[in-house]
Amino acid sequence: MIKLFIRYINLMVITIFALVLLSFMLPFFFPGDLLTNISGITPQSLEQRQALEKAFALNESIFVQFQVYLSNLFAGDWGVSSVSQLNLYDEIAYAFPATLELMLYALFVATFVGIPVGFLSGLKHHNPADMGVVTFSIVGYSFPVFWLALVFITLFCLQLEWLPMSGRIDLLFEVKHITGFVFIDIILSDLNNTKEAIENAFRHAILPTLSISIVTTCLFIRFTRRSIMDVMQKGYIIAAKSRGFTQWQIFIKHSFKNALIPILPILALQISTLVTNAMIVETIFSWPGIGNWLIQAIYQQDYPAIRAGMLVVALFVLTLTITLEFITRAIDPTKDETARAAV
Amino acid sequence: MSGKGGLLHERINSMTICGDRGFNIGNFGDCTSRFMRYLCRVLCAIFLLAGCGKQSNINDDAITFCSESNPTYFNPQLDTSSTTADASAHQLYDRLLEFNPTDGRIERGLASSWLVSNDGLTYTFQLQRDVAFHQTDYFTPTRTFNADDVIFSINRWRLASHPYHEVNGGNYPYFDSLGLDKTIKDVKRINGYRVEITLYTPDSSFLANLATDFSVILSQEYAQNLLEIGTPSKIDYYPIGTGPFKFSVYKQNQYIRYIRHPDYFLPTTGAEHLIFDITPKPSLRMAKLITGECDAIAFTSQSDLAVISERDDLTLLEKPGLNIGFWAFNTSKAPFDDPKVRRALVLAVDKTSLLEAVFLGQATRAKSLIPSASWAYQSDAPELGYNPVRARELLDEAGLPDSFTMDIWAMPVQRAYNPNAMKMAQLIKSYLNEIGITLNIISYDWNIFRENLTLGMHDSVLIGWNADNGDPDNFYRPLLTCDAIPSGTNRAMWCNKDFDALVQQALLTDNFEKRKQIYKQANELLFAQMPLMPIAHAYQYQALRSDITGMEINPFGGIGFDNVERMP
Repeated sequence: MIKLFIRYINLMVITIFALVLLSFMLPFFFPGDLLTNISGITPQSLEQRQALEKAFALNESIFVQFQVYLSNLFAGDWGVSSVSQLNLYDEIAYAFPATLELMLYALFVATFVGIPVGFLSGLKHHNPADMGVVTFSIVGYSFPVFWLALVFITLFCLQLEWLPMSGRIDLLFEVKHITGFVFIDIILSDLNNTKEAIENAFRHAILPTLSISIVTTCLFIRFTRRSIMDVMQKGYIIAAKSRGFTQWQIFIKHSFKNALIPILPILALQISTLVTNAMIVETIFSWPGIGNWLIQAIYQQDYPAIRAGMLVVALFVLTLTITLEFITRAIDPTKDETARAAV
Repeated sequence: MSGKGGLLHERINSMTICGDRGFNIGNFGDCTSRFMRYLCRVLCAIFLLAGCGKQSNINDDAITFCSESNPTYFNPQLDTSSTTADASAHQLYDRLLEFNPTDGRIERGLASSWLVSNDGLTYTFQLQRDVAFHQTDYFTPTRTFNADDVIFSINRWRLASHPYHEVNGGNYPYFDSLGLDKTIKDVKRINGYRVEITLYTPDSSFLANLATDFSVILSQEYAQNLLEIGTPSKIDYYPIGTGPFKFSVYKQNQYIRYIRHPDYFLPTTGAEHLIFDITPKPSLRMAKLITGECDAIAFTSQSDLAVISERDDLTLLEKPGLNIGFWAFNTSKAPFDDPKVRRALVLAVDKTSLLEAVFLGQATRAKSLIPSASWAYQSDAPELGYNPVRARELLDEAGLPDSFTMDIWAMPVQRAYNPNAMKMAQLIKSYLNEIGITLNIISYDWNIFRENLTLGMHDSVLIGWNADNGDPDNFYRPLLTCDAIPSGTNRAMWCNKDFDALVQQALLTDNFEKRKQIYKQANELLFAQMPLMPIAHAYQYQALRSDITGMEINPFGGIGFDNVERMP
């Protein structure tokens, strides 16, 4: 167990180091003035330029520069946006929770719809309902996320006029930015119409969540269905059956857990897809998250922002993937078997 | 390897059996329906909460305007972009004088009356009393508006030695482009509510200039406070004015919030809250207007106009605009410094097709700079027609090679004077292709686009101009005089002493006929030199939801929300 932990930590540290190194090198490849690319400030005078050069150690060797970059990074001093001159750390701290929020909604829907439906469909496989689920999941899985989002907007926002199409909450509600998660912020904001605000935020969340979660849900359905079908053929299920357990008891005691184990790592891998999909959907629904923010930064040629934003997203995906992989490995009882080692 | 093979084998076996055993699992029936019930309940809850039908109005006392871009500052003195003017000029500030949006006459604003001396050199303004400045969480005024605020606001852009002149760039494009800093001799305080402005030379457009979006009145007391704390630059980001709304929050790329100024000196009926929802995509703005997320939108696409007129829940206001869309050549760069080349480029493009394809007939053809809505319009102004053969001849005369590459910058935002610069650029590209010119189309983010234009990095650009007042000087001077190059409104970077002299001469007289004659000469000069190709004068549109009242198109500048409200 400790060996496993050390192995994962090692993997993580090396990858993070590589990422940080890459982000350090980016400004050297961007066009324009290196100093502006790094600091986000266009120096107005020679003194200012010299002061900035000194602050970023631009006249020193590349190693010293990297050291300065690292210490700034850890101190939370990520520079300023070259367009708005706003502090990037604050900007990212503002945008990132929104993405996380959207991702969590989608994950929630995918888990609580995808896994139960997958179980049912696997247990009742080859009957018409199962066929329906399989067909639906293939179709759903094949939709490009951005296309789905646009179809939803056309249908539910423009034709039926049921749901709003942009943002997290109507701008009429003055929700303060406290945690960055809109529902928590609504409660903390002490509005006089909290109930309406929550309802409004909920309505805003429906379409973006659906657009992202349909693909993931379909994947979850397919994995779970396959897995439970495999488990139901195992010898211990037949043994349990012969001992006179009801199907329900068998499901709870034996098949449920055993079916989950092989799918957990696959589900964990979906997290990174979920993040990317969330970032795509954000731009369509004007969701004020990191994806939307990065697209703006790219469009405005805001190099310091692109660098910091990319680093944060990459770090997030990396940390999440490795942690989840570690957890699934740690709780998997078959981890020492040669069969797993071969996978 | 053997382990893997075993697994695979087992899987194949299980797959073959499962068909036969399917019936066994029938016992799960109960649980199936339980799950189904659970699912149904969740779905019902979602749809109940979502509610069918139209979005309810949470706050009837708020107006949401979907604007197209981020303002650069909250002070229009520093920027001529209409985005900045929309977000600040008529929301946060007042001017000494105002235009009547219907007939363009000058009316009183913060000045209750004014007097012009017989020689046209001295202007005396009597100021309104008891005009309160905004009280916000970053500033509490201790006094009302008086002469000091007028002097501060004018001197900030006029005097290079003023402590606030260099704050936030020290660039005042509107005033610089008109050379107003050189026209004004002195701004004097007669008493607390009387100000005297003296000029060096008579200027028949001076009063009109004081009524433009850019001549806003700032708070001298606030500026003094900021200077004492050592954060003068805040003045243009955390604005204080006397306008009908006060600034609350600005989140870049997302929104701007305003709250009604409770002590506004004029009676208004508008909403308590005003929100600018920054939505750069025109299609998204239109969609949000339909869903009711926006009450009014900036810059409607020409192709959406028909949709808006057809729908009962949307209204379209319309007015002939005081604007011009043009294609400017960077005359400071070879080969565009040669009038022959510029004339050739103009000859090569069929203006009629641009008007049809881009404006969909919602514009009039531009012959010179001035639209027909202005008194100075010259109906018989000379114009170059479409003649690609002559164009090629001119290029050969100018000694250009058979094939040649140039850039065209197409502005990334929509404006009335050019609703789709990208499409126009593509059309021009195909025309120029016929005379052997390869055109590269270039576009950036709007703020960066204009910055780079001011630096003169372009070969040619599709852009235009919205008049800030009804005076023809407001077209000729900012667009093509030498002074307007550094201030960044002369996109052709064209400097011609004869032209400047004509424009100056036109201001010395109040006689409309005489001025018209002078502008006619200027038009002839422009026709010969062709620093830019005039394309169109567009109609101005304002799309809004039908339950909104009090909205008016202001042909002389930014949008105002003083009296805009939702009908009960």
